[in-house]
Amino acid sequence: MDQFAVKVFVRLRPSVLDPAGEATKSASIKLGAEGIKSLRIGKMIEVKIEGNGENEVREKIDLLCDRLFANTVIEDYDYSLEKL
Amino acid sequence: MENLTVGVVVFPGSNCDRDVSWALEGCLDIRTKYLWHESSDLSDVDAIVLPGGFSYGDYLRCGAIARFSPLINALDEFVKSGKRVLGICNGFQILTESGFLPGALVANKNLNFICDDVELDIVSSKGGWFNNVDEKQTIKLPIAHGEGRYHCDSDTLKKLVDNELIALRYKNNPNGSSFDIAGITNEKGNVLGLMPHPERACDEMIGGTDGLYTLKSLILK
Repeated sequence: MDQFAVKVFVRLRPSVLDPAGEATKSASIKLGAEGIKSLRIGKMIEVKIEGNGENEVREKIDLLCDRLFANTVIEDYDYSLEKL
Repeated sequence: MENLTVGVVVFPGSNCDRDVSWALEGCLDIRTKYLWHESSDLSDVDAIVLPGGFSYGDYLRCGAIARFSPLINALDEFVKSGKRVLGICNGFQILTESGFLPGALVANKNLNFICDDVELDIVSSKGGWFNNVDEKQTIKLPIAHGEGRYHCDSDTLKKLVDNELIALRYKNNPNGSSFDIAGITNEKGNVLGLMPHPERACDEMIGGTDGLYTLKSLILK
């Protein structure tokens, strides 16, 4: 069995308004940061998982992302995977 | 009222379960039974309410974890059999997360948790959830939510409009919902999800009775 460290990034789809991102952008500007064109907030989920090779682990992570981590009506996801 | 029983689902974090039960029993004389989320035996209830609250702490997304409870798994057969299911607030969020209703509910546009009475247009008579036999009517119900902005893509919205699945629309959209949507039904009409709380409008003493009809319609024959 191989063990992998997976980082899943879940983001609101571009078409979905992100009011928390907008509020944070506004605060960033008040802090004096210049040049911010866009700021959107997502989630990062860290998973340690084992399986027989990368393909099997990717299948498991795809299922988790599609059915649980993200709601694909409003969110997109991608992930990075590192063998431990 | 006959011998019909309405099941009121209790998740860890539900907080409107007792209100729903009180409104059904005390105001309408309808028998209720609490259904713990781990139960999957729905054989002795005739209709089901998924009440408001914060099931599983609203972790990950509102309604996302509840979707995997044994009760929600058993709900599929219940809905297919034509029995009635009402999802209020967090119950609506659970119904969208689990795919019984299309779209999703996201953070209010202004980020406020909004606690208010709202005017609603009854748009569709599908499922007989509202007393709108005559012309278009307006009712007033309380809302209390931070994540009640209904969102769907344009294809889904077209389908909702074309098939008359939009049950309620806000007169003055409080949360930024697409097309002012406050509640929708499934195609068959036996599942209704709405953000407003009909159980909090069941007695003149607490500000109105516009929610009574929807609760009574749970045992519509």
